[in-house]
Order: sequence, then structure tokens, then C-alpha cells
Amino acid sequence: MYREVILDHYKNPRRHGVIEDADASAEGMNPLCGDEVAIYVEFGDDGETIDEVKFSGRGCAISQAATSMLMEMVQGRTATEIGELSKDELLEEIGIPLTPIRLKCALLGLGVLKVALHRSKGTPLPDEWAGLDDQFKVS
Amino acid sequence: MAVGARATLDARKLRADFPILHQEINGKPLAYLDSAVTSQKPRQVLDAMTNFYETSYGNVHRGVYGLAERATEAFEGARDRIARFVNAPSSRELIFTRNATESLNLVAYGYGLASFGPGDVVVVTELEHHSNFVPWQYVAKRTGATFRMIPLTDTGELDLDRLDEITGDGDIKLVATNLVSNALGTVNPVEKLTAWAHEQGALMVVDAAQAAPHRAIDVQALDCDFLAFSAHKMCGPSGVGALWGRRELLEAMEPFNLGGHMIRKVQFDETTWGDLPHKFEAGTSPIAEAVGFGAAVDYLNEVGLDAIEQHEHELVGYALERMADVPGIKLYGPAPEKRAGIVSFNMDGIHPHDVAQVLDWDGVAIRAGHHCCQPLMAKLGVAATNRASFYLYTVTEEIDRLTDGLLRARKVFG
Repeated sequence: MYREVILDHYKNPRRHGVIEDADASAEGMNPLCGDEVAIYVEFGDDGETIDEVKFSGRGCAISQAATSMLMEMVQGRTATEIGELSKDELLEEIGIPLTPIRLKCALLGLGVLKVALHRSKGTPLPDEWAGLDDQFKVS
Repeated sequence: MAVGARATLDARKLRADFPILHQEINGKPLAYLDSAVTSQKPRQVLDAMTNFYETSYGNVHRGVYGLAERATEAFEGARDRIARFVNAPSSRELIFTRNATESLNLVAYGYGLASFGPGDVVVVTELEHHSNFVPWQYVAKRTGATFRMIPLTDTGELDLDRLDEITGDGDIKLVATNLVSNALGTVNPVEKLTAWAHEQGALMVVDAAQAAPHRAIDVQALDCDFLAFSAHKMCGPSGVGALWGRRELLEAMEPFNLGGHMIRKVQFDETTWGDLPHKFEAGTSPIAEAVGFGAAVDYLNEVGLDAIEQHEHELVGYALERMADVPGIKLYGPAPEKRAGIVSFNMDGIHPHDVAQVLDWDGVAIRAGHHCCQPLMAKLGVAATNRASFYLYTVTEEIDRLTDGLLRARKVFG
């Protein structure tokens, strides 16, 4: 399950860092295993296109690699598009079979990003992440 | 046994009693190194429960017919043996609960909620499982009492030198500690702590969930006031646990669960409570589970608690020695002679979940997480640890396979 691309993203996370005074941000954790992810977004002049996105955090290889891959997927797309992005699209990119517990690790970053965009742009928050909006504190 | 001879057990032989251990996971023989979270069950316990269901099952303390009497006899017989297992003065002081957590909640609600108030102090330790931490924190908040924590030393032992810092904080009403830490394996000096608690006029609550499976327990020698433990960690079924408490305290306490069986007389304007232990056993009990619990203590007595303790002691010494050779490993907890069969560790640069996942490829089952000990994890400065834990059926080959798996994880993650 730790195929090369996962290990590569884990060891060399893309878009890793913090954006001070980001247009949108959120952080979240997976209380089961203590994975933590914070995501920061800057929009372009249209106020809609993701111009710059970064993440920070710590946790298992799956949570950190999946978030790193997510960063590459969403750069340059619009908030509306990401609001509609399905978890299957990310899971396809990750491309490994995941048990229910590891699925939570893999989807942590996407949940945090959805919450960040929901808060700043009002994009929809699907039922499966609705509870996270309360849990995740604004960073 | 000759004087001075050490109690021993033959783990290889005992493994034959545990059907679940004889299977493959991912094409490799199962190495179950997670007994601290729950133990596996011997045939003797499974048979006792099946036999009870097939021949003697009925509700207890209710029917006048033969089957009900037989069920009651089996249920109360189990209570007697479990009470003897912890050397309780009377089996009426032994309450069946769902698990150790419920036992501790029973004391927190039944005693703490009614007795604590502003100016009172409730003391726990930094080494507690959430089950012996959260109820006290909650009840302290509800009653306005002060909540304090005995800190740990750097080696993961209770820092008893700092008890004086707590003494000045108010009227210490209750001290709660574990006997053996589920996260680090530390064996805590409960007798010393009990003496201190009693000097302060406080009650002593002992969480023995992680101790009762592994060493002889004597509530009279510990001199504590309450002691909680769970069947599922000691070869018994899940769904049943026990609380031992001093009779005069239990008699004076408010009930916890209310309903059938726990009453003496119910009238519209008032209900009076039944005698011990029934006052705390509302509703239908986990009957067959209690019978299985009884069979489990029979099994442990047969193997011998001293032999189990000695076996785990040898295993933990062996494990600490073998594991120290793994590059980038950090081992937590005290010296082998001060701990039970638990080894908590981290691998530099590899999250515990990833370590546990790689081990699972080889059929080696360990726990990765915070072990319901977030205050301790904060103290260690980590989000989680790996934990390998051993029991009477653990053999050194399994520890070798654990070590091999850790080397493999090191290879995968670099």
C-alpha cells in the first residue's frame, strides 16, 4: 500500500508551509490517531480561482501524502469546483485500497479544505463533512 | 513448589487453549501483541459460556423454577470466585458492571457527585487512562471541586515527591490511580499512594483493569477503597467487569443505575434500595458473561498469577533488549523491573499507524494510537505511540517477528 508515489509525497510534501493572512484557512485533526492538517488558500483576482495553496501538519504517511497530492490537484481550480470535488476523485489519485480507518486518514485534508472554502466562500459542505465544520477551529 | 523456586508457565502449551491464535493473517501466522487492549479467550472460558447457555441459562434472582435457580447459582458462584480473586472480604462487595469504565463511573456518580463540593480536591495522575480521568474531571466540574493531577517523572513514574504541592490546595477527598499503566506498563506504588490518600482523609480508587490480568490482586493488602477491573482483558468475555468497594461506603452511596432488581420497595412517592450487591445491579445482568468471567479467573488461578507475572517480566526484558537494536527507535517507560508486559515506542520519522500497518503485513498485531491517554501523550510530546503488549500465551518468537517487522518498516520509510 505504500507505493512509491505515496512515500515520495510523504517524504517530500508538495506545497508544504503556511500562508500568513490567507484568504481561507482551516485546520483539523483525526482524533483516532492524532493526524493534523492545516490548509491555507489565496484566491486570484477573480476571488474564486485558487492562486496559491499550502498545507502544514503531521501524521501518518497516508494523511500527509494524500493532502500533498490534494494540493497538486486543486491548485488553479475554482472554489466552486473544489466544493463539488468528490472524495472518489482524490481516492483515485491516491490509487491504493484503504481500510475504513485509513480512509479517514486519506480524506482528512480534503475535509479541511472543504471546510476552509465553505467558511470563506460559502461552498457547500456535504453531509459527511458537515460535522467537521464545528470541530475544526479556524486557525 | 520448592521454596525459592520461581513460578513458571509453558506459553507454548497454553497456546493450545486459544483457538484464535491458530490462524494466518496476510498469509503469516498471527502474532497477537495487543493483549493490553483486550486479551484472547481460552477454550475453557468459551466452553463454560456455551455450556451455560445450553444447559443452565435463565434470568437470575427472579424465577422459582429449577432453571432459574441453576442460573442464579452459576452467576453467584462466579461472583464468589471473582471476589476471592481480589481477596475481597465479602462477595457482597463485588458489583458486576459492564467493564472497568462503568465501575469507575459508578463511583464517580454514586459517590463523587453526592460528596464533592467547592474547596474539595479530587486527585488523579498524569498516567491515567481516560476512564479514570474524565469521570473525575467531569464530576469535579459539576460539583465545583478542584481537579489535580500527580505529575510524572521523565521515566514515566509517578512523582510522589510532588504530593506536597497538592496538599495545600484544599480538602483532598479522593485519589484515583491505575495500578498498572496501559500506555507505559508502569507498575505504580499504589500502597504508598493509598497511605498518603488516607493520611489526607481521602478515599483511594484503583483502576486495576491493566493489573488484574497480570498479577495477583489483594484489595486488603492494597488497602484501597474501590477497585475496578474488566473481564475482557483477563481471558474473559467483553461486556462484564467488576467493582469492588468497601461495604460501608457502598452501603452509604447513592445508586447509579435505577430500575428493576435494585429496589427493596417501590411506591408512588418513594422507592427504597435493595441490599448489596443488588443495589448497583439494575436490570438484567450480563449473566453468561459473568459465568465466563468466573471461568476466566479459574483459568488464571490454574495457570498461576505469579507465573504469569514472571513470564511477562521475562518477555518485556527480552523485548526491550531486542528492540533497542532497531535504528531510530525510542522506547518509553520505566526499567523492566518496574513494568508489566507492555512496551510503548516510536520510530523516528514513521507515524505509529504506518508502523502498525507494515507489521500487519507480517501478521503482527500491535496497537498504534494515544491509548486513551492524551494527557500522557502531551507529556511525552507525541500524538501517538506504538504499543506491543504481552500475555501468558506470548512467545519470544513473536517478539522476534515484531523486531523483524520494525526493521522492515525502517527499510520502507528510510
